Amino acid sequence: MANIKTNENKTKAQSMGLHSEVLTGKTQQKFFNPDEAENFYYWGTYDVDFNKRIDLDVNDLDCKEANKKIDELMSQGYGTIVIKNPQGKHSLGVGVLNKLNLIFEGSLGYFGVGSIDGPTVRINGRVGWSCAENMMAGKVVIEKNAGSCFGAAVRGGDLICKGSVGARTGIDQKGGTIIVGGDAGAFTGFMMQRGRIIILGNVGINLGDSMYDGTIYVGGKIGSFGSDAIESPMTKSDVDWIKRKLKVAEIGENFDISKMTKVVAGKKLWNYDALEPTEKKGAI
Amino acid sequence: MCGIAGLIHRGKSSNVGNELQAMLQALKHRGPDSTGYALYADNDGQNFIMRFKVGENVGEGSSSINEDESVYDKRKELVDQMLKSLGAKVLKEEKLTPYSYRYEMQYDEDLMDFSKKIESIESVEILSIGKSLELIKDLGDAQEVLDRYDLGKVRGTHAIGHARMATESGVDIKSAHPFWGYPFSDVSVVHNGQLTNYWNNRRMLENKGMRFMSECDSELIAVYLAEKMRNGATLEEGMRDSLSGLDGVFTYFVATKDSLGMAKDTMAAKPLVLYESDDLVAMGSEEIAIRSILPHEIDTYDPFDGEVKVWQI
Repeated sequence: MANIKTNENKTKAQSMGLHSEVLTGKTQQKFFNPDEAENFYYWGTYDVDFNKRIDLDVNDLDCKEANKKIDELMSQGYGTIVIKNPQGKHSLGVGVLNKLNLIFEGSLGYFGVGSIDGPTVRINGRVGWSCAENMMAGKVVIEKNAGSCFGAAVRGGDLICKGSVGARTGIDQKGGTIIVGGDAGAFTGFMMQRGRIIILGNVGINLGDSMYDGTIYVGGKIGSFGSDAIESPMTKSDVDWIKRKLKVAEIGENFDISKMTKVVAGKKLWNYDALEPTEKKGAI
Repeated sequence: MCGIAGLIHRGKSSNVGNELQAMLQALKHRGPDSTGYALYADNDGQNFIMRFKVGENVGEGSSSINEDESVYDKRKELVDQMLKSLGAKVLKEEKLTPYSYRYEMQYDEDLMDFSKKIESIESVEILSIGKSLELIKDLGDAQEVLDRYDLGKVRGTHAIGHARMATESGVDIKSAHPFWGYPFSDVSVVHNGQLTNYWNNRRMLENKGMRFMSECDSELIAVYLAEKMRNGATLEEGMRDSLSGLDGVFTYFVATKDSLGMAKDTMAAKPLVLYESDDLVAMGSEEIAIRSILPHEIDTYDPFDGEVKVWQI
């Protein structure tokens, strides 16, 4: 374990009650320092023109430089930004709080397009772990496969993967819709609280484990149900809603939606409905 | 958090030393403490290559105790005497660093007994024995280790490697990956994760005569698979057994003279990205490792929970 030493020079962060320690050693973790401008950067919202298009080659940029460049281009009114050569880099396109057409020509690494609120994103390659984590609104379409924790803690918007996804898809999901054209791994919908997940292919073991609420629709085989996940009958409104969503997602045109399995929370583990509204808010 | 990478060329050889270096360098942020290579080189396949160390690297960041270098020479002499008494014929010897050697030798008897006797010499550890396996591990990043051991020219069919962030054991060579699948020639293992039933398994395997050199939980995988194979299981059968026999979270690679395998635990808690084509399989903890050798657009995917795959050269 790295040594912990007290930072003698008091920073603004300390006066704000934030971290007062720094770690030393090779694997040191550098804490947020408000005196360093690059670590204290607010993303703006801009008036952009979708017809104003530009290519951005990020081959020689790190993720911080690339994300700042995206912000800079938005501030210049560019509404369609095409990212070239992402080469599996991590954390590209995060924190875009704006209407924007963001197109990645290639694959992303971990935490791609996380914490976004509003953009329409198309990724022509694959994405790594935790794609679109904490997404508030917008639409993200991935043409190939995705890694684990796909759409972790998403709160809104449509997150679509046309290929297969890894484990724990929609973990801690709080809203929005996740749509997967292929298969999904173990623990899909793990601890999900709201929102919907549509998987057209097979899912792994422990589907919907410890889910509080929300709905999961599965088109293929289910490895096993997790704790407190139960099957519920499909209704006409389920079918109509999925049909509309698949059309938006541009997948599953001839898919037989009526044969899908609907999975919901049994609500035996957590007596959610008995909570007072304030407690309910805290739980979610 | 550690980084692992592996690749196998099917039907041809390539510059696996440089390729693995590029992959591991891309994963340096996952493990800055030590780097290890298990390269399956285009050797003539006639003689055994034994790589061993007679001491630890005590450079920057090391958790080993400083020793006078003269003890290394004494230990090396004892190894030479032991090899002679065992009837091993050393054809070529190379001193790579003050504490590590590469011997090319002829030996026809049981490798378990051989290894036990060599490692009975204080602080001597066999890093690997094999007819094509060249196992190198040391402190530093992938580029530093590649330069120190001159691995840039090594050509071969497949390789696995590891960039280590020390957590449960020291920053030293004995705890670094890959681990040799003692006492099987040409077997090596790298691992990313934590094993929680290490001590139970270790005690059981030690009672069966298996040997552990470090207290690194990852070594258990190599010993576990070696014990399974000693009892007649194939590599793939051993790997499938490991999914229930090993407890914890893990993704590991294992390589033999002519194959490369991967296994992922049943919770899929550790990352792995895989690229597969007719002539090349490349995999790593992160996509950037694969992109470092395949910059053009390719299709990659995450293997699912509990998945085991083995590829032949």
